[in-house]
Order: sequence, then C-alpha cells, then structure tokens
Amino acid sequence: MSDVVEKTLSALPGLFDSQTGAARITSRLRQLVKSITELTSKHEEESLIKQELSSMKEQVSSPNTSMKQMREIMVRAMYCEMLGYDASFTYIHAIKLAQQGGVLEKRVGYLAVSLFLNEGHELLLLLVNTVLKDLQSTNVIEAYMALTVVAQVFPKDMIPAVLPLLEDKLSEIIRRKAVLALYKFYLIAPNQVQHIHAKFRKALCDRDPGVMTSSLHIYLQLITESPDDYKDLTGSFVTILKQVVDGKLPVDFNYHNVPAPWLQIQLLRILSLLGKEDRSTSELMYEVLDESLRRAEMNHNITYAILYECVKAIYTIHPKAELLEKAARCIGNFVLSPKINLRYLGLKALTYVVQHDAKLALQHQMTIIECLDHTDFTIKRETLELLFRITNAQNVTVIVEKMLDFLHVYEQCTTSYKMNVRCYVPMITLTFAPDNSWFIQTMNDVFSTGGDLLQQDVPNNFLRLLAEGKREEDDQLRLYAVNSYLTVLNGDASHLPQRFLQVMSWVCTTTHTHTHTHTHTQNKNSAMRLIQILVRDLKKSYLLNISVRLYSNFKYHFSSSTLILEGVKRVWGRDGYLRQNETTAPPVDEPSAAVQPSGQQEAAERLEPQPEPSTQNQDKLQLASSLFVGLGAGSSMSLLGKSEAPPPRFRKKPRPHESSSSSSSGTSERSSDSSSRSSHSTTDSFLYGSLLEEEPATSISAFSHTPKSSTANGLAQNKDTKEDRRANTSQILGGDMVIVRPNTFQDKHPSLVSSDLTALLPADLKDLPHSDVISLTSDPSLSLSSCRLFRDEALLLVILISNCTETVIKDVAVQLTCEELEVWNVMNCLEGNSTSVCHYALLMDEPHTNVSFTGTVSYQTQPGHTNTLSFSGTLSAADFIRPLVVSTEEYGKLWLSLSHDVKQNLKLLTDASDPLRTTLNALKDALQLHVVDIIGSEGIVACRLLSGAPCLLHCRVNGAALAMWLRSPHPALPDCILYHCQRALAQH
Amino acid sequence: MICENWIRFILIQNRAGKTRLAKWYMQFDDDEKQKLIEEVHAVVTVRDAKHTNFVEVFICGLTCYTLFPLQFRNFKIIYRRYAGLYFCICVDVTDNNLAYLEAIHNFVEVLNEYFHNVCELDLVFNFYKVYTVVDEMFLAGEIRETSQTKVLKQLLMLQSLE
Repeated sequence: MSDVVEKTLSALPGLFDSQTGAARITSRLRQLVKSITELTSKHEEESLIKQELSSMKEQVSSPNTSMKQMREIMVRAMYCEMLGYDASFTYIHAIKLAQQGGVLEKRVGYLAVSLFLNEGHELLLLLVNTVLKDLQSTNVIEAYMALTVVAQVFPKDMIPAVLPLLEDKLSEIIRRKAVLALYKFYLIAPNQVQHIHAKFRKALCDRDPGVMTSSLHIYLQLITESPDDYKDLTGSFVTILKQVVDGKLPVDFNYHNVPAPWLQIQLLRILSLLGKEDRSTSELMYEVLDESLRRAEMNHNITYAILYECVKAIYTIHPKAELLEKAARCIGNFVLSPKINLRYLGLKALTYVVQHDAKLALQHQMTIIECLDHTDFTIKRETLELLFRITNAQNVTVIVEKMLDFLHVYEQCTTSYKMNVRCYVPMITLTFAPDNSWFIQTMNDVFSTGGDLLQQDVPNNFLRLLAEGKREEDDQLRLYAVNSYLTVLNGDASHLPQRFLQVMSWVCTTTHTHTHTHTHTQNKNSAMRLIQILVRDLKKSYLLNISVRLYSNFKYHFSSSTLILEGVKRVWGRDGYLRQNETTAPPVDEPSAAVQPSGQQEAAERLEPQPEPSTQNQDKLQLASSLFVGLGAGSSMSLLGKSEAPPPRFRKKPRPHESSSSSSSGTSERSSDSSSRSSHSTTDSFLYGSLLEEEPATSISAFSHTPKSSTANGLAQNKDTKEDRRANTSQILGGDMVIVRPNTFQDKHPSLVSSDLTALLPADLKDLPHSDVISLTSDPSLSLSSCRLFRDEALLLVILISNCTETVIKDVAVQLTCEELEVWNVMNCLEGNSTSVCHYALLMDEPHTNVSFTGTVSYQTQPGHTNTLSFSGTLSAADFIRPLVVSTEEYGKLWLSLSHDVKQNLKLLTDASDPLRTTLNALKDALQLHVVDIIGSEGIVACRLLSGAPCLLHCRVNGAALAMWLRSPHPALPDCILYHCQRALAQH
Repeated sequence: MICENWIRFILIQNRAGKTRLAKWYMQFDDDEKQKLIEEVHAVVTVRDAKHTNFVEVFICGLTCYTLFPLQFRNFKIIYRRYAGLYFCICVDVTDNNLAYLEAIHNFVEVLNEYFHNVCELDLVFNFYKVYTVVDEMFLAGEIRETSQTKVLKQLLMLQSLE
C-alpha cells in the first residue's frame, strides 16, 4: 500500500517535535520505546526492560504516585507485556485505575485489564462493581468503555449481576455494543441468556444496521447449534441479504463500493446452515443467491470473498441445477485466475465441491498439476488435499507416490503439513490398495519415514485390518507383512521409528495368535522368527521389554489391542475405511441427477486451456491421465473431460477425516532449526500421551525405559505426572512408601492366576473395592502384577511380586517413580514360589486424564549377581474419582458456586427401556459417580477428585444424545471426567 | 457445536520480528504467546510475492488440547504486508480467507485516516491507541464494525477525552 510510508529511524526527532494533540505521548513512555527501538540485541532489551520494570515497581508502591502518573506507568506496563515480559505486579493497579480514576484513567485502566487478564483471572472479581457502576453511569463514554471490557473479559459467575443492566442498554444509543456483549455471554454461559432470545429478534429488526449486524453473530452461533429452531427466520435473512445486495444500506457500510461485504458473508453463512438438507427452506433462497452471484462481478478481493461464500452456500443447500452450473463456472474463474490467492481459493472450493461432484476436478486437471509443483507450500498442500479427495482404485498408486515423494523431499522440515500427508497416505492406501504387496510396502514406507509422528489411528486401523480377517487371503496378507518386516530388519534397523517397531511386534502377536488355517504354520514360524530378531538386535533398548511381554502376555496383549481398536472404529466410523475387502471395488457410479446438467460440459471446454502439445506438456498430460483416471466414466476418459457417460457422483457424506485431521500448514522450510526441533518434540509428547491413554497396563513401550545401569536419577521421566504420594501411616508403614512384609503374605500356590493374587491382599484392604489384578511384567524369576484399590482418600496401588522359581531370591528392592519422587524399598529375601506385596498411596492434585508410573525391581538370585526388572503402568483419572454424596438441594447450591464448565454431547445408550438411567448407571459403574437425582429426561450426578475438588454433572437427554454439562472449581477436571465418560460409554 | 468463525489473535510485527501489537482472543500462557509470535514471524517472512497470503499452522493452545491431545485443531494465518509491517490474523482453517484479508486492509485504512498517513512509528509510539482501534473494529474475536466512518467517529469521541 503506497500511502503507508515507512519512515526510518532517522525521522525520529522530527516526529517527536510534531507530537501534538492526537499523537501526544508521555515522555517516559517515549523514552522507553525509543531506547528499545535503538537496541540491537535481545539481551540488551531484556536488561533494559528489567530496569524499567523495577523502577515501575517502586513507583506503583509509592503512596505519592498520582493517578496521572499511574496511567502513564500502566501504558508502559502494557508495552512490556506486549513484548512478552511479565508485569503482573501492575494488574491490581490497572483495576484500581479503572475503579478510581477519572474518565481518562478509566480508559487506560480498562484497556490494561482487557489486555492483562483472561476470563478466569480472579482479580476480575474486583472489577465487577466498577463495571456495574459504569454501566449505570449517565456518561455514555463510561458505559461504552464498561461494555467494551464486558465483551472481552468478564467472570462467568458474575453474568447474572450484569445481565439486567445490559438488557437496558439494548434500548440505548450504544446498543450495538451491548448486543455483542450479550453474544459473548451467550458463548460462555448460554443458559443464562436464554430468556432474552426475544430481544435478539428485536435486535435483528433494529433500524440501525450496525445493531442488526451485531445480532447476526448471535444468530450464526444459535443456528450452528440447532438450525431447526430458526427456520422461520429464513425469510428475514433472505430479505436482509436482498436489501444489502440491492444497496439499500447507508453508504457508510460500503467498502470499496461493495455494500456491507462482511455482512453479506455472514448472511450467506447463516443461509447455508438453514438450507442444508432442507429443500423447502433452500427454495426460499435460490433467488437471492443468484442475485448475489450476479452482483458480485467487480474485480476486487472482497467481491471474491463474497463469491466464495456464495459458492459454498450453493453447494451446501439443496441443489438447484442452474445455480450449481453458475457456481461451477465461478470456481473455474477462481482456479484459472492469475492471482495466486484466488487460485488457492479455487482449489479450496474444488476440494469442498469434489465430494459432491468429482467431475469438476477433471475440468481443471492441468491447473491442478501445475499447482502440485508450485513453490508455495500452502498451494501444494491444498492440491494434495484435493487429490486425496479424488482418490480411487485406479489412480491410487500415482497419488500415493506423489504424497510419498513429498514426504521424502521435505523430510528435513518438520511441519504439521507432513503429518497430514502421513495421515492421508494410510487412509487411501487402506481403502483403495490394489494388491497386498503394494499395500504392505506402502505402509512400511509410511511407518519408516515418519512413524513416530503418525496419529495413533493409523497403526490402529492398520492392525485392525490385519487382525480381523479370518480367511485364507488374510493369512497371506499377514504372512506377507511379517516377511516384509524380516527384510526390513535384515537391513539397518537402528533408524527405524519406535512406532514401526511396535507395529511389527503387534503384527507378530496377531499373526501368531490369529492364524486360522492351521496349514499355515509358516505364518507362526515367521512370526516367531521376527520376535527373535527383535529381541536379538534390539536387546539394549526398551524393546527388550516388548519382547518379554510378547512372550509372557500374548493373550492379554491381543485382547487389549482389540479393545483399543473398537474405540477407534467409533471415532472413524467410516465404512470404507474399515472394510477390508474393498480393495478392488470400483468407485460408485451413479447416474448424475440434476447436479450434472449437460451445459456444464460446454462450460468445461470453454474454461479448459488447450494444452500445447510440447514435450514438457507431454509429461503433464501423462500425469494427468493417471491422476484423474476413474473420475470420468470408466478408465478411458479423455483429458479434456469430454467423457460421454455421466460422471460419478460421489457420496454426499463428508469424510469423517475432514474434521479431525484436515490438518495443516504450508509452512515453508524453517530458517531456524530450533523452532522446528521444538515443534517436533511437542508432537512427540502428544503421541506418547495418546499411547498411554489407549492401552493401560500393557502399553508396549509408551515411555522409554531408562537403561538398567542408571537407576537412581534416570527415572524421573514422566513430566506429566503431577502425582503426589503421601503417607498414610495407618495403612502404609514407613511414611512415603511401602510396606514390605516378605514373609507375611506367602502363598504356597505357585500359579499366578489373577484371582489367586487378589487373595494375597492384606486383610484390612481386602474389603475395599478394587480393580482386577493386571500383570505388569515378568522375567524367568519374578513376575509383577498390580492391583488398584479405591480408598476414599487415596488410591492404593498394590504391587504384587511373585517368585516363580523354586529358589530363594534375595535383596529384592522395589522402586516406584511418579514424577521425581523415588523410594527404594529393600527386601531381604523372597522365598521360592512366594508372593510379596508392596503398596503405595497415591493422590492426584491436578487432574490428568492419565498418568503413568514407572519402576524397577532389583533382586539377587545368587549373591553378587543383581538383576533388574523394570515395569510401568498407567493410572487413569477415573481411578482417583470418588462419589460425592450430596442432596439435590446441596447440589443446586454447589452448582451455582462453581466456575469452570464444559458442555458436550455424549452417546446415549439407547438400547434399554430407560436410556438415561442406563447410561448414568453405566457411567456410575465405570467412574464411581454418585447419581443424585433423575427427574424426567434430566439427571444430576456428582463426584469429586479424591477428597479434593468436586465436579457436578448435569445430564439431559437430547434426542439420541446425552447432553452433558459439567462444572467444577478446577478448570481441568471437567475435561478429564468428560474424557473418561466418553471412553466408558464407547466401551459399553 | 461451536461456531468456529472467530479470530484467535491479531499480530502486527515488523520485518525483524518485533511485536508492534498483539491482541489475543484465545487463552495462551506467556510462553505460548512468545512461541507463536516467533513462529508466525518465521513462517510469514520467508514468503514472497508469488505466494498466497495464507499459511496454515498448527497451534497447541491451552484451550484446544486439554481433552483430546491428539486431535489437531488447525488454524491459518492470513497476513498482509504494508511496507515493513506484517499484519497477521489467525482464524480457523475453515474460515473465509479473503474476508479477513480485506478486514486487515480495512483496518489499515482506518489507521491511515486516524493517524493521518500512518507509519510504523505511529504504531510504535501509540500502540495503546491502536489497541483501541482494534477494540472498535474487532471485538471478542468478531469483525464488529466495518464502516470506516463509524469507527473514526467513535475514535474521535474517545479522543475528545484527552
């Protein structure tokens, strides 16, 4: 933009001289800003700001500082905070300024508050009275400023206090801002704003277009939630849009001669939500959509923004041939535009549209191929996304090849974009793979190039596919997989991602246990060989652990992994993805209905640039024919889209993948290594987190075990674990840890069946509710199991150590680590075939969905010969949740006092006669909740985190779902409980 | 279902990566903010005129990942460069790119009117006024007021206090 002139620093002195009136700034601030601008290094900046902050600290605490000075200090504090330095000591003064100052001070105070504090900050409570006072002020400016701050940060609990005042404001001059503040309230606490819906309608019809615009924000949100409730407003929205398009609004609202463009966009969004899958409502808007398309003809970005929204709306609502044709032409203009932004949007629109009409992609195949080679990541990404959506059995190999190329070429830069590709490849591979060998090879490629960054779903689905089949071919597939792993491991196995090794070991187990036709002993043999290789080559690492478990826990292991996969099925829910025999199924060919008028073919020809038959183009043409094969009728489609037969109309159902991982980033190669590295590690930790969640107790190697030699300080690995272990002397002798009474609980039965182990529990604990005994790990001499006992005030983790041999094992020491706590416990000896018990009281201070513990046991079978055995496991927050027994009345009181809430729709167990009660009982059983009361279609449930924070759940049957609303004083607890409720219901 | 069409943050940076304005509509802690600022700078400055004005990014904010740490919530940065300054808006990946691209331009036009031929130094020394302009035009993460005359009128009213 030419009128924004970049003035250089040399202009500084002149600028200061001219600082008068509007641009006046205080001298201290000027000095600060000036000296910071002159600094060159980050280090200098830090020390300067440190100085500044300490001088500010002195000033604010001095009683002589005037309001005016305080205002100036506040502006400097804002500057420091903006640069990322902590000036939290000024927060309270910002509030004071807003409370006590004159209008000018108030303004700065409010501004500082809205920048410094976020919604949950406790200091905000101090501001409530000031806001109330200012809202009632006769000074419009004061009320205006109060509204501004209310719309940005306001404690949720205080909404009822301010709501009546806000409603009054709806009739005043500043009502536009009031409407927006109400919108904000609706977002954070919808139930409290329910009664003023009538007023929203009034705002929609307000004579001031600004007020109407503001009310659209609320309506967009309301209609997103439940379009059916607002169908009656369709007419109004159509009328408003018509008036806007016709230029009936004041000229003030024009932007570059386009009437209220953002308002148009908002209205188009609302209309598309209303018209979705609703023929009669859609019919009401055809005319105005047509009009919008026609009017938006000016060559300006903002008209393209409207067009884009319009096209999306046309493809979302009930289709009308004439409009679709126009929209398709419009997309064509986008795609063929020389402006890169428009071309990008064209691709985006295509990606959206190909789900309904795959032939459109066909018309633009040459452009798409050009975009595949564009230097801009954003474009490239979108192109691959588009290809992903048009993948079918015929072009899958070429598309996967393109994607894998991408992975290899950009291996050095860690962007989330690659993550995306890594998800796409397996998805389409699973769906469209032409044959076994290609499928396994591609998956191996995916796992080995970036296995650890893959989403958990990918290996899960892959394994599911391998595990499920019961026929001869499936055995062959497994055999092929195992053999290919043998080849992979024959090479250099050291660089292979952990995830890939896991997959291999999983495949071994499934292959081994699931070979159905017994003639295929070959399968079993290969699997065993693979296990041997895994053990031999990778002895030094955590894999030892895997292998040991593979040997010992075959059975359990498999059943737990199927459990995980069940969960995944629900998340993905895409039939095509899970079906395994679809590999050669042709794409669904349906005669196209109104969607494909014949006129479009001509349009296609017009729009398609005639490719020059040069050699360079020859390659592209070839690529095009392989990429877009199968999109037209049959495989013999012509390049220019002149196919005779009707093109396939893809299922309208959007791919479920879209929401969860249409992930991103066309980030170009990063210049700074460190940032890429850090983002890499974040991702890693997420992946580990998920691993922990998904497979309790037998997690193969979710955390890397420290090498056996570094026992003392190498174990504090689980940074997430905020678990505190406290002694309960009556139960747990010796303070922090552990009772070990090696000779007290000996069992003469050598067998290690779980039920026997429960019998070993100390008598005083036997009556507590407890979990099943889970085998943790074992070696030839020792076998470790754990059991969780749910005491009211803590979780008792009991570790049972059994000696499997006949001989006495001496100096048995157990160490358990959660976070950095670690305690050794030395046992004298453990006689042959006996079992000893250690137990730990665990408390959870901060809710975490899952926490892990690791530990080691060291022992001596012969004097001077120490063996160690490490173990690990996961505890879920559900273990730390206890019922909270309250009456309905107490519940009501508590509900109002709690601040953090979360809402979510959950699955309702509809198969029973009383779905609500059944669902709540299922949750109660899984999570130890207390069902307080059930009235009609609503139920209230209460629980707490051990003896700490309560969490209240309000459940309502909402159609086929259970609308759950959780409240707790602790911000993370509702999320945590919600997570476990979802899990519990999914597994039910 | 929550409507995802709102602004997560607005950043103004210069070419050297110095923050000129940062307005957050989503909760981040201080470290995350700094990381984002650096990331946006790294991502945006390497792009040239042949590239689009959009970059998709992956942000792990406090608010989005508590429940499902593995699900990627995606955002895009829509940026526009004026002389040495990058104006960046972060929105949901499904949102309308051009609408925000033009919202940035609208904002800059208002700044230009307000500061009478705006330059980087105006923004540097009057950053707290720029925040007021932001609050006038974008409130609570929504595009609130797009009429330049109305915004300027409102700003002059507040200005009259001084």
